[in-house]
Amino acid sequence: MGPLVPDVVGNELNFIVALIIGIFFGVILEQAGFSTSKKLVGLFYGYDFTVLRVFFTAGIVAMIGVIALEHFGLLDINLTYINPTFLWSALIGGLIMGLGFVVGGFCPGTSICAAAIGKIDAMIFIAGSFIGVLIFAEGYPLFEGLYKAENWGNIRVFDSLGMQQTVFAFFLTAIALFAFWMISIIENKVNGIKKPAFRFTPYYVTLGAIGFILSLSAFVLTERKDSLQNLVSDKEFVNNYDLKTMSVDEFAYRIIKGDNKLQIIDFRPLEEYKKQSLPGSTAFTFDNLFEKEPSKILRIRHKTNVFVANNEYEERQFAIIANRLGFSNATILTGGLESFDKEILGFDKNSVATTKQESDTYRFRTKASSIIPVLIKENKSAGPVKKTQKRVVGGC
Amino acid sequence: MEEKKYMNPYLAGVLLGLLLIATIYITGRGLGASGAVKSFTVGIMETVAPEHTSNQTFYKEYSGDHAGSPLMNWLVFEVVGVFIGAFLSGLISNRLNLKLEYGPRSKPKIRIVGALLGGLLFGFGAQLGRGCTSGSALSGMAVLSTGGLITMMAIFGGAYLFAYFFRKFWI
Repeated sequence: MGPLVPDVVGNELNFIVALIIGIFFGVILEQAGFSTSKKLVGLFYGYDFTVLRVFFTAGIVAMIGVIALEHFGLLDINLTYINPTFLWSALIGGLIMGLGFVVGGFCPGTSICAAAIGKIDAMIFIAGSFIGVLIFAEGYPLFEGLYKAENWGNIRVFDSLGMQQTVFAFFLTAIALFAFWMISIIENKVNGIKKPAFRFTPYYVTLGAIGFILSLSAFVLTERKDSLQNLVSDKEFVNNYDLKTMSVDEFAYRIIKGDNKLQIIDFRPLEEYKKQSLPGSTAFTFDNLFEKEPSKILRIRHKTNVFVANNEYEERQFAIIANRLGFSNATILTGGLESFDKEILGFDKNSVATTKQESDTYRFRTKASSIIPVLIKENKSAGPVKKTQKRVVGGC
Repeated sequence: MEEKKYMNPYLAGVLLGLLLIATIYITGRGLGASGAVKSFTVGIMETVAPEHTSNQTFYKEYSGDHAGSPLMNWLVFEVVGVFIGAFLSGLISNRLNLKLEYGPRSKPKIRIVGALLGGLLFGFGAQLGRGCTSGSALSGMAVLSTGGLITMMAIFGGAYLFAYFFRKFWI
């Protein structure tokens, strides 16, 4: 599961990755024509909309790509850098950058590209940007208030608007397609070209079709959490799903034996877990199943993961989701903890055993009901599942 | 030799989008540019005036967020890559050429002052806005960050707002 840094790609290798990514970035920007200020500012005077075409296309492709990676469980969005939102500094900083764009004709990335191919104005622009950073650094006490005002955290735009991610993605793609059409009309008008902006040539038809498919993909790639939660809301489906089960007696026996292959994954609310929990059990939540680091414990080899919750139905729901996420060794406790409490911990010694098997069970449960409560008292549980990885530090 | 034509903008956009997806998948962060300027500035200041930087909040906060030398920074490596990539691309397409570009009604002097001031404003704005067109607007759009999209709209909105006053620079 991504991001690959720091587990798969180490921090040193990451610098090499940065260099390679930078090379591709530089080639693409230069080939697109971002190495000349005349082409860049064309956007603001209507004679060349290359910047908008490249920028908007890249943004849409990347957005849908990230949604897809998240949907297929390849990227843990909680570890990915989401630019934090500070309302006023974002707005005012953006306006100042806009002014800098029309005055200077570049933005930082494009100025580096242009300087690389010998544009003197770009080199001067870069020098200017050093001075700009220096002014900010030296005058920081003056700007700090504005810089840190209205901190909304790592909020994402669909949450801000109270929309579903996919709906927002669809609208943004639609807006982009519409913008591409409009700017072609404006561009032709400004440059005095009489040809219609869009003709039904194979080129434009293919382009339109790709755009249309991209916008539709937004609906296919629903958020994984939502679709899985939907899946387990069907009672019949949940009850008939084939899962590995463990009886309360076997469960109790393994606890008494101190079986280290047994890994108890406790899905009860944390308050209940804190009050009383089984020896060696780990508190786990629905969200943990989707996170890169917490879910690692479910992949430890030769462990029997027993999912416990208050009732079997809930256990089934969590186990089905885990199964769907690729954690194949999820076992559920028959009857849930309710049943465990009743049959084992609070075993009724007055019940009558008639057959041989029943009397065996009777003897075992009598024993277990006196041992396990002691174990619960003595043993400390593992607590909530460990989460030490932090969000990647990104941005500029 | 003739300069080669530029790439189709939509194709360039798709390639840039794919690169951004790969970047996020591998590193968990987006692309950027202005952050490297910041790292260089901090690096230079820490070398030139170490006593000064150890007292100022800005530098202290920077070293709090970034362990190690300011130049051992992801964006510094990435921007060095951008420079190499753009140079190679210019070489292949015959666009390597030392020149000062300015609009038909502008003059070299105006262009020089404009570039310097524009750079200054962009450098300052990118600090305030926590990123520039790449780091905040483009990468922010990819992960649908509210702040990134606000910055994006402010950059382009602001540019349109002020474009009229500087039209003599360009057209």
